[in-house]
Amino acid sequence: MPQFILDLLDLPPQGSTASYGIDALHVFVITTTMISSTLVFAMAIYFVVRYRRKSDDELTPRTGATVWSEGTLIVGILSLFILWWVIGFRQFVAMHDPPANAATVYVTAKQWMWTFTYPDGRVANDVLTVPVGRPVKLAMTSRDVIHSFYVPAFRAKQDVVPGRYTSIWFQATEPGDYPIYCAEYCGVAHSLMRGTVKVMAPADYESWLNQPVRDASGLTDLRTEGENAARRRECLACHTVDGQRHVGPTWAGLYGSLVTMSDGRRVLADEEYLTRSMMEPNADVVEGFKSVMPSYFGGLPQPEVGAIVEYIKSLRDVTPSGIQLPTLSITPLAQSDAGAPGAGPPLLPETP
Amino acid sequence: MSTAVVIPGREVEERPSYVTVARSVGSWLLTTDHKRIGLLYLASITVFLFLGGLFAMLIRIEHLSPGPTIMTAATYNKMFTLHGITMVWLFMIPSIPTVFGNFLLPIMIGAKDVAFPRLNLLSWYIFVFGACWVLFAMIWGGVDTGWTFYVPYSSVAPSAVVPVAMGIFIVGFSTIITGVNFITTVHTMRAASVGWLRMPLFVWAMYGVSVIQVLATPVLGISLVLVGIDHWLDWGLFDPARGGDPVLYQHLFWFYSHPAVYIMILPAMGVVSEIVPTFSHKNPYSYLAIAISTFGIAFVGFLSWGHHMFVAGMSTVDVGAFGVMTMGVAIFSAIKVFTWTLTMRKGAISLKAPLLYVFAFLFLFVFGGMTGVAVATTSLDVHWHDTYFVVAHFHFIMVGGTLTAFLAALHYWFPKVTGRMYPERLGMLSAVMVFGGFFVTFFPQFLLGNAGMPRRYYHYPAEYQSLNVVSSAGAFVLGGAMLLTLTYLLWAAIFGERCGPNPWQSRSWEWLGESPPPKHNYRETPCFSHDPYAYDVPLEDIHV
Repeated sequence: MPQFILDLLDLPPQGSTASYGIDALHVFVITTTMISSTLVFAMAIYFVVRYRRKSDDELTPRTGATVWSEGTLIVGILSLFILWWVIGFRQFVAMHDPPANAATVYVTAKQWMWTFTYPDGRVANDVLTVPVGRPVKLAMTSRDVIHSFYVPAFRAKQDVVPGRYTSIWFQATEPGDYPIYCAEYCGVAHSLMRGTVKVMAPADYESWLNQPVRDASGLTDLRTEGENAARRRECLACHTVDGQRHVGPTWAGLYGSLVTMSDGRRVLADEEYLTRSMMEPNADVVEGFKSVMPSYFGGLPQPEVGAIVEYIKSLRDVTPSGIQLPTLSITPLAQSDAGAPGAGPPLLPETP
Repeated sequence: MSTAVVIPGREVEERPSYVTVARSVGSWLLTTDHKRIGLLYLASITVFLFLGGLFAMLIRIEHLSPGPTIMTAATYNKMFTLHGITMVWLFMIPSIPTVFGNFLLPIMIGAKDVAFPRLNLLSWYIFVFGACWVLFAMIWGGVDTGWTFYVPYSSVAPSAVVPVAMGIFIVGFSTIITGVNFITTVHTMRAASVGWLRMPLFVWAMYGVSVIQVLATPVLGISLVLVGIDHWLDWGLFDPARGGDPVLYQHLFWFYSHPAVYIMILPAMGVVSEIVPTFSHKNPYSYLAIAISTFGIAFVGFLSWGHHMFVAGMSTVDVGAFGVMTMGVAIFSAIKVFTWTLTMRKGAISLKAPLLYVFAFLFLFVFGGMTGVAVATTSLDVHWHDTYFVVAHFHFIMVGGTLTAFLAALHYWFPKVTGRMYPERLGMLSAVMVFGGFFVTFFPQFLLGNAGMPRRYYHYPAEYQSLNVVSSAGAFVLGGAMLLTLTYLLWAAIFGERCGPNPWQSRSWEWLGESPPPKHNYRETPCFSHDPYAYDVPLEDIHV
């Protein structure tokens, strides 16, 4: 698209693969809008001049619409609108369907800050670093109110909602720094909840990746973090990692599979599903299992949630062994020290 | 004011008008006359219009610089909430129905009043009580949630959310009562000669909008009560930690607030459907198309709320479905626009201030409507959602559409209400200023949205400043035009030139009696000899 059109519409630079198609549709839609409102206006002006009143008692013939004229009008305009919808919705679906090789970054929003957690365990505030030319999927959740992750240059926006994961993906096309805004009003410093996407050329990204980010505290990558967290939080007391049936469904081969629920729905086990199962275990109870898991909402720090999901993802290729352990009968109340139904397990001290 | 009036073709003895029949303050405050209640509403919503305008001016002044200008961030957040709530609930929703609907609906169907005159008065008192409650709560405690009250922010926001929500809940009853009253009136009070397909198109618009008011307003009430419960009693209805769902609130809110957009625009469309035939001296291009599309909009309007939530985390299928439903609203609006424009063809057009306002309406509404289709185009909305593009879009519909139609109606029916004529040149001047000021205010906001400036932003990046300054400059012109209009209309109501019962030579039924009308409108149940758009018949041959 010529630069002067972008300038005329005041559009930000096109920084993602999706932005080209969207801008093309944008220009098509806005041009049609301009032309049609001007045409209607011009037609009205023409009628005023052509049919101006000559005398006060002038009579006019009674005329009216024919079915043919109305029909043409309706079909014509409706086809234009439907054409926009078809093009737009195809783009929308593509924008929400990440490629299989997309790298995942976990995003946690809070008043008034963005936190990005990468699969290798590093964490950054307000700066998201991504390579050029590779699809990146963001799995996002909020710790307090609704926020909205918005990068104008990528033409990408998604609300970030507490208690659930929403996701968005993009593939950056040009190295550079692009602003991130919060687009959903979230309180007094809403307009300062900004960040930057740093898009790096492949070589720069490699050297960024290889920077030593670990300190001596023994932090490991996100998968190992997840394994540790799962042990610490007693997830593995009920879920196996080798395919055996236990109190809860096994994690082996779980990620990416289609899970059948007790009400017959079939749900894809992706990041959103796994997170929802931790936060609202009773929302999706897997067929053949009892609804006994307590909610971990508020009990698990978001980085640990991401880490556990990452751990479950790493188990996707473990073949279930099919061996069944004897079923234990455990009631959630007996298990929870807090006693109250729905309360999370007691908070454990944070790992350094 | 009781001068002799001459109704074409008939000699009648003098009757006092609804204004002169009693003059005490009590006779106004306890009136059950639909015309006086219309004027009570006019006085109150004019106050709220100017209050809301004042808040808007303060917002525009704040945006003259990217950082703090005249207020703090907390004040700014309360200011846009104050502006939104005042304009939506205290001006825009009651505006045309309660003023012109009340004043004209009974006259237009040959009735002497609405079906429940005392309820009608009650609705005004409820409105004033609720409105004062809202304003007091907002100024005393302040609310910074925006007019949308999105949870969970509104559940935790450190402000007077519950009292304000209660006030709006109360105002809602006034809306529902008016709606029920109009529906009953149209069904039961029509004179024998007023068939369904003979009614003036404004009556159709009032009928359609009343149906929406009665069906949608209770859902708003429910949503606000739920927010109140969540905020006050801490039940966690929308708290995901306790199994609640914040997105559910958005569904509830927009189930009301999307149809509310049509509560605001359908009456405006009714006004335009009256003004275009009168000033063109021409029957509508298609009476049926306008009447049917009114109900088309009302119906599809209930099925398109999800287009406010394309990026809220709905499923892709829902997004597609709500996107295509929205196109349905657009097609009905397009039918109306073309029908109005084609009505002028082969007419005898006299360009006066009301028609000039309608021209402003046509341009702004078509532009605003088409950008509405643009934001309903799912992939484009991802970029525009919650940016100034959306702000510009709905101001084109609300201000460019409803406010210009309200002003058009004010000028068009001014002789009917007062028996006097407004100053025509000033009317034309103010119409041009409203259009120009409006366009300069809001067109730059489309560009700001394209550039990516989110709405409700106290601080904004410096590169957005020049367009913001242009927008603020336009707001001053618009504000000046409004003050000018208020001044000359008040002046003309007292000192304006008397103009006779029907200065526009309209065939519409409300113009066939005296202006201003007598207390009970008609001596006996009227029988209208011709339909309200009979411009092929000389005025002398039309009888009541």
